[in-house]
This record gives sequence, C-alpha cells and structure tokens, in this order.
Amino acid sequence: MTKNVALFVTCLVDIMRPRIGFAAIRALESAGCDVVVPQGQTCCGQPALNSGDRDHAVALAKQTTAALEPYEAIIVPSGSCAGTIRCHYPELFEHDAAWLPRAQAVVAKTFEVMAYLDEVCGWQPDGVTLPATATYHDSCSGLRELGIKAQPRRLLDAIDGLSLTPLAGAETCCGFGGTFCVKYPAISNAIVGEKAAAIDATGADLLLAGDLGCLMNMAGKLHRDGSKVRAFHAIELIAGMGDGPAIGEEA
Amino acid sequence: MSSFTTRADAALADPILKIAVERTAGTAQAKRAIAIDAFPDFEAARTRAAAIKDHVIAHLGPYLEQFEASAIAAGAQVYWAQTADEACRIVIAICKAAGAKTVARSKSMLGEEIGLPHALEEAGIGRVETDLAEHIIQLADERPSHIIWPAMHKTSEQVSALFKAKHRTPHQEETIAAMAQSARRELRGAMLGADVGISGANFLIADSGAVCTVTNEGNAELSLVPPRVHIVTAGIEKIVPSMPHAIHMLRMLARSATGAALTQYTTFYTGPRRPGDRDGPEEMHIVLVDNGRTKMREEGLAEMLRCIRCGACMNHCVVFRQIGGHAYGGTYPGPMGAVLTPTLDGLAATRDLAHACTLNGMCQQVCPVKIPLPTLLRGWREKSWREGLEPTSMRAGLGLWAWVATRPALYRLGTAIAIRAIRLLGRKGWIARLPLAGGWTQYRDLPKPAAQSFMAQYHQEQRK
Repeated sequence: MTKNVALFVTCLVDIMRPRIGFAAIRALESAGCDVVVPQGQTCCGQPALNSGDRDHAVALAKQTTAALEPYEAIIVPSGSCAGTIRCHYPELFEHDAAWLPRAQAVVAKTFEVMAYLDEVCGWQPDGVTLPATATYHDSCSGLRELGIKAQPRRLLDAIDGLSLTPLAGAETCCGFGGTFCVKYPAISNAIVGEKAAAIDATGADLLLAGDLGCLMNMAGKLHRDGSKVRAFHAIELIAGMGDGPAIGEEA
Repeated sequence: MSSFTTRADAALADPILKIAVERTAGTAQAKRAIAIDAFPDFEAARTRAAAIKDHVIAHLGPYLEQFEASAIAAGAQVYWAQTADEACRIVIAICKAAGAKTVARSKSMLGEEIGLPHALEEAGIGRVETDLAEHIIQLADERPSHIIWPAMHKTSEQVSALFKAKHRTPHQEETIAAMAQSARRELRGAMLGADVGISGANFLIADSGAVCTVTNEGNAELSLVPPRVHIVTAGIEKIVPSMPHAIHMLRMLARSATGAALTQYTTFYTGPRRPGDRDGPEEMHIVLVDNGRTKMREEGLAEMLRCIRCGACMNHCVVFRQIGGHAYGGTYPGPMGAVLTPTLDGLAATRDLAHACTLNGMCQQVCPVKIPLPTLLRGWREKSWREGLEPTSMRAGLGLWAWVATRPALYRLGTAIAIRAIRLLGRKGWIARLPLAGGWTQYRDLPKPAAQSFMAQYHQEQRK
C-alpha cells in the first residue's frame, strides 16, 4: 500500500543543500511512498524556541502544524527539526486547548527520514554501491530526543562496498548548537576542533550524520583545517546519491 | 566583574587548565560508564531516585519539621535561615558563643554558596579547610572550580609547587603519596586542635534527625568528631524521609560522581555525644538554609531541587570540558550551575550561562535524578527574552527572520535573494569570510549554498 507522505524540507536543507531533500524523496519513493512537498512550510521555529523567543516559536509552530496536518505522515531529513516538532510543540501549546490536539496529531505522525524508512517502512537500499569507508556522528537531538542510533547504521550497512568505521566520541556534541556557534564562537571552535581531530583519526573517506547544521559545522572545520574527509548527509548515500558532490564541493 | 566571554576566552587560552580538566573529568567519565554498566537497571534506579526527591520537594514542610523534631530529640539544636547572610550570622554567633578561635571545615558547597569562608574571616575566626582539594584552594587563595574536585583546575605539578611554597615541612619526593603526607603533616594537628567543626550535609534523614556526609579522605570525621562543637549548614532540599532512601541516593551519588560503588567514608551524625559515648562533640547545631530554594520550587525550578551535587553533568559537558569551572563565575559551574546561578546571583548578570550551552542533552542523560537541565536552561532563555535582557541585535535579527518566515511567499523571495548574495562570496564551493556571520567564518569555512533553494528547484521540476 502506498503511503502519502509530506516532506518537511527544513530551512537549512532548503537554503544550503537541496540535494538532501531530493535524496529523501528518492529514498521514500523507492520505499513505496508518494511524496508531496507542502507549500506553507518554512522553518519549524527551533531558532526562536532555543533563543527564548516563545511568541515567534509559537507562531512558526502554528504555521508548520497547519501546513503539515493534512498528510498521513510527515518526514523530516533532520533529527533536530523532527525533535522540535515531536518534543517541543506539545510544550509550546501546553496551555492552548485549540492548538494542542492539532499539534499532538502532527507529532504522532512526524518522523525523521531514516527512522521512518527503517522502522515504519522496513525498507533497505537495494543495489546501491559505494566503495568507501565512512564514519558516523550521532547528532545530539536525533540521538537523545528521538533515539536515532541503529536506524541509519542499518540502512548504511545495506550499501555495497561501504564500510563504517567507528568514531571515538560519536555521541559527543560537535559544538554546533544552533546560534550557540555564532554567539560563543571560541568555545564552539574548541569543541569542533576536537571533533574534527577525532574524525580525521578514523582515517575514513567520508563523514556522515543526520543533521545538516552539525554537518556544516564539522565539514567547515575539517575544510579550514585542510582535511581531506568529505561530508554527506547519510540519506544522500542511502538514496544512491553518494557519488555526487560532498558538502562544499561544486556540482 | 569580568564578563562570561572574557573569562571563557582566558580559560580557552590556558593549555594547562585544559590538561587538568581533561585528566579528572575524563577519568570520571570513563569510570562512571563502567560503574553504570555493572549496575542492575540503572535507569530504574534513576527513576526511583527522581521520585524520592520529587516526593520530598512536594512535601518539604512536613519532612523538615519531622527532621527538626527528630534532631532535637537526638540532642541537636536546629536553626532556620532564609538567606545566605542569615545563615552566616547564625554560624558566627554559635562560634562566638563557643569561644572559637579556629574552626575546621569539611568541604561543603552550601558553605561556599552562602559565603561562609568569607564570613568567618570577617569575624576573625581562623579557618582550616580539611578536604585536600579545599586545602589547596585555601593555600592558593582561589575559589573551587568543581563541586566534587574543587581544585580540578590545578595539575599535580602545580599543587606540588604550591605545597613547597606554603607548607612548613614540604615533601621532598615528587610523588602523590609524598605530597599527601605533606598535607597530612600540615592539616592533622590543625584538625585536632580546632574548637568547632563545620560541615555541610549530603543528606538529612527526616525520621532519625541524622546528618549524612560522604568523603574519600576521612577529613569530615576527623574535623567533626574531636571538636567540642559541630555545626552543620544544609540546604533544605537535602532532606530524605528515612535511611533506605538515603542509601538509594548514596548508591546513585557515588557512582555518578566518581564511578565508585561507595565513598571511602559515609557517616551519619545523629545528635551530639550521649552519656557513655567515648567521643563526639558536646554540641551539635544544624542550620537549615533556604537561600532561594522555596522560590525555585514556586517558580518552575522544582526539578532542580532534585540535584544531589554529583557533578556528572559538568564532567560530561562539552562546554565545561573546554572552559572549566571558574569561567561560569558562580559557586556552581557546568549545566547545574548554569541553572542555579541566575537564582543566586540574578539573571541580568548571568544571562550568558543559559546560552553558553549547545542543548545537546548529555547532562540530562547522565543525571542520576533525571533533571531536565536543557529544558530548565531554555526556561532561563525565555525569561531573559521576556525581560528584555537579550541583546538588541539578537532581538531585531530574530524578529525580522521570524516575520519573514511566517510569510511563506515572502520567505521564498527572501531566501532566493539571500542565496544569490551569499553565493557571491564563495570560492570553489566554500566561503571563508561572511559578513554578519563572523562567528562562523572566524574558525570554519561555510559551504556555498546551491544556486537555487530546494523549494525553487522542486517547483521547476513539478512544472516540467
């Protein structure tokens, strides 16, 4: 049975790296889903939420809820944006009897893309080949808010030729933290510096993760430090798009 | 007072601090992981520990009154202090009544919180810090940088130099054992000769009136039993109903703090010396300190009162590991300190603390009493925003972004323009300097965005 699913692209993927959105569509279609991209979406409101700007967080949560509620399932190529919807929308509407049930209905059908492919669709990439070694960083929100750990690894394991090498401190924050990285750049730099060194020490060709913010932070530091490690969102490899340009490479 | 950023920058520029913090926190993190793996169902134990604390926090009044009655029945005297100043005044009055010239103090963060070391000094009462790390801090005239290891910011090499400069008969050999002997020579006589022993409390047992302390050096016992008077200063949230609850919390505390199954010394003090006892103080005084705790319970920070001061949150915090404890500027550092300090020192002066956090959730994951630290920090961010304490640039920038983001059609236009502008700065896929985002490009490159947004590309393809 085909599922009609909505893709919530996320603002960062929309602006910085659209091919993550297209990779999500390709993988979902291959898993038998009909994918639509709702028009009314922009950002889930996480930057406002984490800055303490509750009013704007609520306004964006309402807009996002209204845009996404007509669909059977909502798929997000980011653990932190999916986490914002699933864990924080109910908090934002805690005292709003009209919006709380609407948000809760959206929460119940919102999934991070790799968790959805693995757990709900029971799908695996078929016939995808990429001879490379990769290491995986567990982005914090996906890991701790949504329990995403085994799902991407199961999907990546099904790629022919790809071998995963463990990253020391894979569950340690990379120092991105949304606006944290520009508010406290020196602290963020010290954290991501250690992360970049750990990534380099794996000897892997590729760095993979499930959140573009963290990936841009780590890839940007690796590039500044002169590392040869190339960074992708894991869904790009899973969708068979790992042969294209990595983050920061021109198409 | 210097700003948080200034202090953090100074800490980042200190390579020895980084080594010192990494040695201790790294070891603690590794040992805790082993201890938790070996524990049968630590998750259930955390849930129970949180439930015990929630229960007493919801019924603080009755349990504290029960504790007071039990402690008085055991022969102790009990005092109630609303504020830090009041608590210090009570302690000083007891010391003066006892004619105390010197007090031996067993490490207590509550004592630091209420400014007791300073108050004793002002009153002209000699103070001997008997915890080894507090002794180091006292010699160096510094403040603790961690709640379990106050001298965490110092390497053993630095401590060796300090002892050689300050001890009467310092160590000759450069070994930890020789240094410990040097401290023992310095401290043992002072402990035994003190008129008053002052401690905090790890737990207050409501049904017996007992006060529990844990140490690894035995210094609490040596500084509290021989003197004529024992004074306890304890936060009111330290209460537990009975011994089995205290034992459960002790199992959580030691493993979370150091990875040990139990501390070397765990002692329950129930009243002063009774007739026939071979030792013990003649008087025991217990000062129950509120200092903002009741207010925290009323103002949405009740979960923070679960805290048992184990330090696991800071040991696992990526920010603390980079900047150490002093940069936080308050009595309590790390994630738990970032939640507590605004209550103690005011939000206006400390608003940075809640923001200097990546909200990665590791602290909550390791907390033995499941305090939702990221949620509480987000709460301070909201309060800071509501009260207009956030920088104008931030308010204006976020306001403009949100105004556009709530108008999807305008947002598409805005992103198209932004992408074109940002792309102009790119070279070979990367941007090395971006105006308005200098915080990013100062240390890392920014990948150049694709020529068109996802939404623009998607709709072009749909129209084909």
